[in-house]
Amino acid sequence: MLDAVFLIPALPLLGFLTIVVFGRRMGEPLAGWFATAMMGGSFATSLVVMFGLLDRPADERHFVQTLFDWVPAGDFNVDVGFLVDPLSVTMTLFVTGVGMLIHLYSIGYMHGDENFSKFFLYLNLFAFSMLMLVLGDNMLITFLGWEGVGACSYLLISFWFTNEYNASSGKKAFITNRVGDWGYMVATFLMFTSLGSIQYIDVIGNASHLSQTTATAIVVLMLVAAAGKSAQIPLYLWLPDAMAGPTPVSALIHAATMVTSGVYLFTRLNPVLAQSSSWGPHLIAWVGVSTAFFAATIAISQNDIKKVLAYSTISQLGYMFLAIGTGAYVAAIFHMVTHAFFKALLFLGAGSVIHGMDSDQDMRHYGALKKFMPITAGTFIVGWLAIAGVPPFSGFWSKDEILGFAWSDSPALWFVGFVTAILTAFYMSREVFLTFYGRYRYADIRDEEIEDMWNGRLAIAEDAVSGAEASLATAEGVAIKASDKLAKAMEKLEQRQTELAEVDQSDEKAFGKATSNLAKAEEGISKAQSGIDDNESVIDSARAEVSSAKADAKLTLAASQSGSESVGVALFEEPDTSAIPESELPEAVQKRREYHPHESPWLMTLPLVVLASLAAVAGLLNLPFSSSTKRLDLWLEPSLFGNQAVDTVSAGGKWLLAGVALAGVVVGIVAAVAVYIRGRSKPSKFELPIFAHGWHYDELVSAFMGGPGRRGFDLVSWFDDAGIDGAVNGVGRLVRSGGGQLRRLQSGFVRAYAAMIAVGAVGLVGWFLVRAGL
Amino acid sequence: MNSLLLASINDPAFPVLTAIVVLPLIGAALLMLLPRTRPDLVKQVAVLISVATGAMSIWVLTQFETGKAAAEFQFVDHQSWISGLGISWSLGVDGISLFLVVLTGVLFPIAMLAVDEHKDLKSYYAWILVLETGCMGAFLALDLFAFFVAFEIVLVPMYFMIGKWGHGDRAYAATKFFIYTMVGSALMFVGILSLVFLTASATGGPITFDLQTLAHSQALSTNTSRWIFLSFAAAFAVKVPLFPFHTWLPDAHTNAPTAGSVILAGVMLKLGTYGFLRFGIYLFPEAAVYFAPMLITLGVIGIIYGAIVATMQKDLKRLVAYSSIAHLGFIIIGMFSLNTQGLEGGLIQMVNHGLSTGALFLLVGMIYERRHTREISKLGGLQKSAPMLAAAFMVVMLSSVGLPGLNGFVGEFLILLGSFAAHRWWAVVAATGVILAALYLLWAYQRVFHGPAEGDNATMPDLNAKEGLVLISLISMIVFLGVYPKPVLDRMEPAVDALISHVETNVPRFHEPTANHLPVVQLNDLSALEGAATSEGSGN
Repeated sequence: MLDAVFLIPALPLLGFLTIVVFGRRMGEPLAGWFATAMMGGSFATSLVVMFGLLDRPADERHFVQTLFDWVPAGDFNVDVGFLVDPLSVTMTLFVTGVGMLIHLYSIGYMHGDENFSKFFLYLNLFAFSMLMLVLGDNMLITFLGWEGVGACSYLLISFWFTNEYNASSGKKAFITNRVGDWGYMVATFLMFTSLGSIQYIDVIGNASHLSQTTATAIVVLMLVAAAGKSAQIPLYLWLPDAMAGPTPVSALIHAATMVTSGVYLFTRLNPVLAQSSSWGPHLIAWVGVSTAFFAATIAISQNDIKKVLAYSTISQLGYMFLAIGTGAYVAAIFHMVTHAFFKALLFLGAGSVIHGMDSDQDMRHYGALKKFMPITAGTFIVGWLAIAGVPPFSGFWSKDEILGFAWSDSPALWFVGFVTAILTAFYMSREVFLTFYGRYRYADIRDEEIEDMWNGRLAIAEDAVSGAEASLATAEGVAIKASDKLAKAMEKLEQRQTELAEVDQSDEKAFGKATSNLAKAEEGISKAQSGIDDNESVIDSARAEVSSAKADAKLTLAASQSGSESVGVALFEEPDTSAIPESELPEAVQKRREYHPHESPWLMTLPLVVLASLAAVAGLLNLPFSSSTKRLDLWLEPSLFGNQAVDTVSAGGKWLLAGVALAGVVVGIVAAVAVYIRGRSKPSKFELPIFAHGWHYDELVSAFMGGPGRRGFDLVSWFDDAGIDGAVNGVGRLVRSGGGQLRRLQSGFVRAYAAMIAVGAVGLVGWFLVRAGL
Repeated sequence: MNSLLLASINDPAFPVLTAIVVLPLIGAALLMLLPRTRPDLVKQVAVLISVATGAMSIWVLTQFETGKAAAEFQFVDHQSWISGLGISWSLGVDGISLFLVVLTGVLFPIAMLAVDEHKDLKSYYAWILVLETGCMGAFLALDLFAFFVAFEIVLVPMYFMIGKWGHGDRAYAATKFFIYTMVGSALMFVGILSLVFLTASATGGPITFDLQTLAHSQALSTNTSRWIFLSFAAAFAVKVPLFPFHTWLPDAHTNAPTAGSVILAGVMLKLGTYGFLRFGIYLFPEAAVYFAPMLITLGVIGIIYGAIVATMQKDLKRLVAYSSIAHLGFIIIGMFSLNTQGLEGGLIQMVNHGLSTGALFLLVGMIYERRHTREISKLGGLQKSAPMLAAAFMVVMLSSVGLPGLNGFVGEFLILLGSFAAHRWWAVVAATGVILAALYLLWAYQRVFHGPAEGDNATMPDLNAKEGLVLISLISMIVFLGVYPKPVLDRMEPAVDALISHVETNVPRFHEPTANHLPVVQLNDLSALEGAATSEGSGN
């Protein structure tokens, strides 16, 4: 039965190749069904292989299948081969199982996408790579899978590539992962040069011959590798952006499978960890628990439903690293499996919500979705309880085990892990309450819409002010003209008066004329005066208009400012739109009022139900009550070579720890209820801006890359042009100006060269003859 | 004609290597006799000649004896040429040159088929065929004089290809290429003559240009050998090109016509790396060991430096050109690790680089033909309008960044493994080159293929059938070498090991560095794993 192991990766590979060739002809939904069937076959084969292993006594549960030599070079020889043992079979089971469900879900989720078959092509290629990663019998095949999943992740994150953000996110993921791959490669070299082999069987068998320094170096380099792939500090940056990919991809690659590769790798190499200096594993534990805490704080302030889950994934992976670092390999794998169930469930649930909410991912716009999508809500709630650590759901058991081992290693580790557990319960409750409970907020007018509206009004008010100002200016212009007129009229009057004084009084005719002229002038003055008087009132009214418009504008501005403050996340009360006439409501609001959130089709809800059941009961895999209920402990034992840590906590102590942990969970949930359901406290007290900005780490890195990093690259590039090439051209110029004859090189270059060759050849032959004669 | 050719080729006495070298030259002469008014006929004849040459090289591949024989020269064709001067027409192929010959045989017809030239086809194809003769001759020559002639011959056709069929500032690029490489070769010529005559006077034997005789005589003093090695190294370092002798390359590549770039990157740069192997390490083992740290340092600088400069390029073709500097840096550090993994990795990476960079230049040429620009900022969203072209670019790009499962990884990994064993810290630095490679190529891909497609980018036509076929053939080689490089590595290994033991014999205190670092390892007696081993046996 074990011979069938090659089929596990071969079937998805077959699916990939088939869709490469026939994908377009297969189209929707056939390509999707075909890919899903391949995963189903792979899952069935994994089951067969598992039973094959179970047939053997525990200490013989290893099997190597070698297909062909891959890279043979001298004493370095790597084959394409598979190592079947309890660890790899556990990995294949959940990879293919969860993978199959997500494939199924994707048929529904990707409905109508123009690149439907391409999506499944990538998914199958991903599954193939992931299975090579976990099944490979040497470091290089694992690396094939390691880089393969990275490439698929890149292709799938930037699947909707016309959007620049998606494209950048994919690139960022690949490049950040490459930093980790550097660590992986160097670790492999070190392993080969010190052990002479990178076959796992040899590495495991000979790890005890490694010097402590070498083993520690390998562990640290592997930590670099794992921090990249499993998104730990300092390389976690890519994972939140990876959410740009379609949601099934986030569930499969960026939650359930690929990101756990680092944990798998450490577990696989547990004898090397055992050989290393104790600070190596401690470093892993501290990186893990710090990441867990750090990411959990960030998750609190995220509003994007997927971003919360992304940071949550980083945080949960941190727990697994904590387990690895404390030697609790089984706990790490246990949490990996339960996490695969509940996090895939949560992501798919989020996808279902997004699908039902017209692609809106902002939780502030959700609320009360429970009544629209009961299956999604119900299953999501199961996922929530599992991740929060509420018994008897699976997460409780696996997290509790990790915290128990952390305690026996160092209470400090335990404490950070415990605080993180409280935060986890809080942010996940927040997510559930914002999404499924509370008030239905989708039809609400939104902050930005209100702002837009106020901005519109402000613009109108400002228009009014400038209108009034314009008419004031006109009026003032008229006033100036009028006073000009008055001045002229006065002049005329004066002129007439002198005329009158000068005129011969005896000339009656002339005198009469002058008198009447004077009267006319006087009349003109009074006319001008009255014009000015009239205009004054116009100006006054224009002034009044301006000041009233200004006052209006001021009021509007003040209202808009106070408005945006008062609206906020209207968790409990609908934002007051009474002041806004129905006709002025933005079109988008009207549209949303008519929108009805809907439950997803069965293709999507069926995987949710299956995963929810698994997330609920997966704790059964390793119940801590007696050695016989620790099934995973027993099953994985042959892969761990006695390197599994033994926790020193007494039975009573364990109950106490579990009780404290549970109390922490209750605190987290109760706090979330108080804030998000009861409204006892403002969310802004918890959702700190520094969390929302991820402690500014990403921004810092981006600023460095875009700033000094880029300038450095530019400098090198400039140096190439001006320095090296400049020197070359400089020498060229020097030669040309120095030797006049050489200038001819430029003109008849090749002819000259041919001539030179001929002359040279003749000279050479001559010299040969002389030499030969001697 | 072909069947006639095949009939005679199976004759054991048929000098197939001479035929491989001479046929393109004859073809070139034939082209000159054809009427200028029949460009289609010119192209057909030219392609036919290069296909026939390629077929012969593949025939050599199939007839090549593997195992220990791969360490020896096979198909040796030895004719006296200028016997008074000890110059012979001596050709042979071993595991080191075999795949370079095949690569040359395959890439030439591909470059000729894939790109349609429109200007003066007669001389265009004639020059390409002359170029093929030069390349084949350089890879096959076992006589230093013959090698030098072939090594020099390639300059002339490439000069014309850039100068006449190129773009942009082609006269400048062609002249720079020519002078730069010629200065290097001039030094080598002095070196060759010194080696030959000093050896003759030291041994008191007859003058000979014969490679193997010279390599085994090792008659010169250490100091003299080192100086002569440097004169060879000058020629090869320019050809590779090794930092800081690389600045002719971006200009030559960018301004060359597409077929020229493909051949330049795919085949001609390997004349440098091959020269280092065959004429540097083989003739001057002590000097090679002595200068290895220096050359590795330059190689590592080239890897990082080439990648950084590539990242900042605005012209897509120039970017690919700079990426070659980084890739060739890898090959150099692999070779001068002087151990099996490093040398084999370097050797297979020569083939890999020829395939993937050749393919990249073809793809860039296809974009240029459609959009008449290579400026990255003017391209964008091409994956929307040309998904097939984008997919081909993606595969080739992933090969170039060294994704396992594709060819580039095999070479890169072996190189780094070998150099890690020999010069640990340099390898650690060099390995960061894989991060940078992802940076410049993925960033370029994003800017060219992702994002919204506007204007002419939105209407750019996708691959046509001929282009698709050419790319599929290259991609299948890329995939094959990535998945199953064993047949290639197996044929290389005996020759590589022979070279290493040649170095070991001549440099007393030199051992293959890996041997030094390996502690004696005793496999633990794990019963569980034993069980696995037995079940493996029973399972099969």
